[in-house]
Amino acid sequence: MTESLAITKFSDLANPTRFLALAARLLPWMAGATAVLFALGLYLSFASEGDYQQGMTVRIMYVHVPAAWLSMMCYTVMAVSAVGTLVWRHPLADVSHKAAAPLGAAFTLIALATGSLWGKPMWGTWWVWDARLTSVFVLFLMYLGLIALNRAMEDPGKAARVSAVLILVGFVNIPIIKFSVEWWNTLHQPASVIRMDGPTIDKEFLWPLLVMAVAFTLLFFTLHAAAMRNEILRRRVSAQRRMAARLAGR
Amino acid sequence: MTALLLRDLKLSVRAGGGALIGVLFFMTVVAVIPFGVGPDLNLLARIGPAIVWIGALLSALLGLDRMFQTDREDGSLDLLLMQEHPLVLTVLVKCLAHWLGNGLPLVIASPLLGLFMNMSEVAIGATMLTLLVGTPALTFIGAVGAAVAVTLPRGGLLVSILVLPLAIPVLIFGVSAAYAAVEDPAPFMPPFLILVAITMFFAVLGPLGAALALRTASD
Repeated sequence: MTESLAITKFSDLANPTRFLALAARLLPWMAGATAVLFALGLYLSFASEGDYQQGMTVRIMYVHVPAAWLSMMCYTVMAVSAVGTLVWRHPLADVSHKAAAPLGAAFTLIALATGSLWGKPMWGTWWVWDARLTSVFVLFLMYLGLIALNRAMEDPGKAARVSAVLILVGFVNIPIIKFSVEWWNTLHQPASVIRMDGPTIDKEFLWPLLVMAVAFTLLFFTLHAAAMRNEILRRRVSAQRRMAARLAGR
Repeated sequence: MTALLLRDLKLSVRAGGGALIGVLFFMTVVAVIPFGVGPDLNLLARIGPAIVWIGALLSALLGLDRMFQTDREDGSLDLLLMQEHPLVLTVLVKCLAHWLGNGLPLVIASPLLGLFMNMSEVAIGATMLTLLVGTPALTFIGAVGAAVAVTLPRGGLLVSILVLPLAIPVLIFGVSAAYAAVEDPAPFMPPFLILVAITMFFAVLGPLGAALALRTASD
């Protein structure tokens, strides 16, 4: 199993050791910036006045919308990493899309849950089979499937390459799913489509939303880097354990 | 290639192939629906195309994990990987054989189930036509899932979970085309042509992805 160690270490530009050093240096700053931005964003979103129609519940938007954006960005990050895995066999790309999948699932779940909480007072129901809700739910299912696939295989390299194939097929398919779901919805229940993009958003809501969006993005990158670091360390530990077991067996 | 097609067909039709089990499952699923929603013939006629389509989707998933798994168990998958033909073509032929063995019986059985559902002749014909065009797409998408999970000992359930979200567009356009044939305001051709487009799109993407996954999963 020295080979697997050698493979994880072998890479010219961003080898794991260098990545670990970089992550160790950057992570505290990223975490700090995230905390500061969250403090600012949460202050702004609570300081802003409630909507005249939606009242206090409009504050849910400051969590809901960034989480929904992040759920889509995370899949894009995974698709880019999957290309890195398949084309360049970049060891960090393997780690990157494996670490990103649970984060994406978490952000999608946050978006779904907050949307549901927001929908109850606003639309009078927890769930509507609206095009947007449905496609986000499908995205959530895809994240869970990818996590299950990645966890089901023992060899991390093979698991990464196989799930990279699926990530890319899913990435190509997502526009089709999105488009078809919208089409399906407008065909069957055109009257009850409830859109969020009613009046153009006011400056009062826009600023907290933007700050929160940046905070969420930073949170994603912080967690992603930390998860990648943990994954690399986990692989090293298991490789060393296997080496130790082999030595002990001798 | 022809030999491979015939071999896969024979394997799927003969004992233990599971092709007829798929049809049986299809009929069972559709037959269970009236017990759930009640024997109201008007309601059944209205939801009939959707029920038949969902039944076909579920039974198409049923046989997917066997697509490459049996070949891997007896070692012939390694031979297929090593031969000179492009692997994509081999996978395409295997998909065709799988569809002929598992998908086509579903299409043939669907009119009977349409009668059970009290669907009109037009609806039965439209459902059969959309199934004929749409089920190959299910096989092609499923090939990716089957190839991805080929090394897993209990991949069957995982394949279904991975494939179902990707198969949603096929279901949507298949059902909407079937409904458009019955209900007046909506035209039949646009959703039907989109369904054709989806099938052809996945006829390219599916074997490509499956071949890539088989290569990476085997070495």
